[in-house]
Amino acid sequence: MSMTMTQKILAAHCGTDSVRAGDMIVADCDLVLGNDITAPVAVNEFEKCGCGRVFDGGKIALVMDHFTPNKDIMAAEQVKKVRDFATDMKVKNYFDVGEMGVEHALLPERGMVTAGDLVIGADSHTCTYGALGAFSTGVGSTDMAAAMASGKVWLRVPEAISAVLTGKPGPYVSGKDVILHLIKQIGVDGALYQSLEFSGDGVAALTVDDRLCICNMAIEAGGKNGIFPVDEQTLAYLKEHGAKEPKVYSADADAKYARTITMDLSKLKPIVAFPHLPENGRTFDEIGEVKIDQAVIGSCTNGRLSDLRDAAKVFKGRKVAKGVRAIIIPATQKIWMDAMHEGLFDIFVEAGCAVSTPTCGPCLGGHMGILARGERCVATTNRNFVGRMGDTQSEVYLSSAAVAAASAVMGKLAAPDMLD
Amino acid sequence: MELKGKAICYGDNIDTDVIIPARYLTTSDPAELARHCMEDIDPDFHSKIETGDIIAAGSNFGCGSSREHAPLAIKTAGISCVIAKSFARIFYRNAVNIGLPIIVSDAEIREGDKLSVDLKNGILVNETTGEKANFPAFPAFLQGIIEAGGLMKAMAGGVFR
Repeated sequence: MSMTMTQKILAAHCGTDSVRAGDMIVADCDLVLGNDITAPVAVNEFEKCGCGRVFDGGKIALVMDHFTPNKDIMAAEQVKKVRDFATDMKVKNYFDVGEMGVEHALLPERGMVTAGDLVIGADSHTCTYGALGAFSTGVGSTDMAAAMASGKVWLRVPEAISAVLTGKPGPYVSGKDVILHLIKQIGVDGALYQSLEFSGDGVAALTVDDRLCICNMAIEAGGKNGIFPVDEQTLAYLKEHGAKEPKVYSADADAKYARTITMDLSKLKPIVAFPHLPENGRTFDEIGEVKIDQAVIGSCTNGRLSDLRDAAKVFKGRKVAKGVRAIIIPATQKIWMDAMHEGLFDIFVEAGCAVSTPTCGPCLGGHMGILARGERCVATTNRNFVGRMGDTQSEVYLSSAAVAAASAVMGKLAAPDMLD
Repeated sequence: MELKGKAICYGDNIDTDVIIPARYLTTSDPAELARHCMEDIDPDFHSKIETGDIIAAGSNFGCGSSREHAPLAIKTAGISCVIAKSFARIFYRNAVNIGLPIIVSDAEIREGDKLSVDLKNGILVNETTGEKANFPAFPAFLQGIIEAGGLMKAMAGGVFR
């Protein structure tokens, strides 16, 4: 029976030759992830069930990234609870300040996900790892608790949308622009319960970082997962990061899709998603003068080294506009150090940016850049919901790193080609 | 099981950030989370609800973050059931896993309508308008989790074996 790439990975993880859309399955997890917000709830559930021990201390990752470095006493207590649990249960992959990073940047960087894996995480952006040819999806804390105990998760086998990418993106067009255009086209529930399976000659024109960013935001279209075919770039990335041997799955030629969307990457222009939904994308011919108070460059979506390089190209020799706070948040310790060695920090600080330690921080309105009533922020993050970064009367505009940097320099929403 | 309550209505794309803002996620205490339920979208939520009331919303209810704190806050606040035209997938599974009844229905419901929900037989009655609608049963596997009282209890009962 013909299957999509996602369906093949799911079949392989529930000991059957084939699955079809709508089947309810119980699947084996290669990795179970949680963070400092979701893991405490999972630990509560785990302790209530009296399971006693985790299924495999090597297949659980606990990343303390949301409110860390601990923003207040309650946040510190939550992290302590997870730290104690990790120690008691001999969970090897516990990451705290000093070695942690934003989870979805950290795990691929450390080679903890490989092609063909099934990963669940109590964090909605767990769908990021589809970029590496894995099935990965966000779940809740009770799912996480059950999976920590049993290694298993229940799943409904999804149907898929085929997203065929063609052409090469032009200057200043990145993975972020691709996914924001796609979400604009299909809406925030356009892929509800479905996989977004990417293919086409345009895939080769996207870097692994672009693909990580695109899959990261599959959830913002309601998708269960986003997934890219495995090519030479993927294999080189996995090898470079010391991931375990990949298992390469690909969709059958006659796989059935709910629908097919084609996108010519060469036609895309930089885009900004206006408040308060990621589907509200506008290109610069539709954007008037929108003054900003803050720019945030970071997060699991766009806090990778390539994003910081894109921002540095814009900031080099320029200054952040008077009255704008520009906050750069490298997503992991390694990215932080690489950026420093490349001299990017000199460029940022000379331009008037602040450089932070890794944290999810302002993305979810946690700390490190909260907005007051009426303030506007251009951010490379993933959500612009009401109150997401602070006061309910504040506004978040989602963009690529290049656009966020250009906007910081101009003091208003701006594309890099609008600079002098 | 029959649930009865008045409808509290919301629109489309009610995200988990407005159901329970992240600034309150430094606790996992259900009572504390319930205290801030819907605060950013509906500051009057607590003054207008009575135990057993039913949230009726548009499409994509619970979109955004995976935070289980969202269905937990709704359940603990005393809401007996959420009816929506569609649910975001993580909210859907979280509701099943923690035992918050949810129903997919596009029945016409207005703020304050008296509703009664027969979960077992899949019947929604709007007692204010007299309209009756059927809603689809959960897949048998999920029905098993719901009947067990949530995923952890279902797992103890062998649902993963």
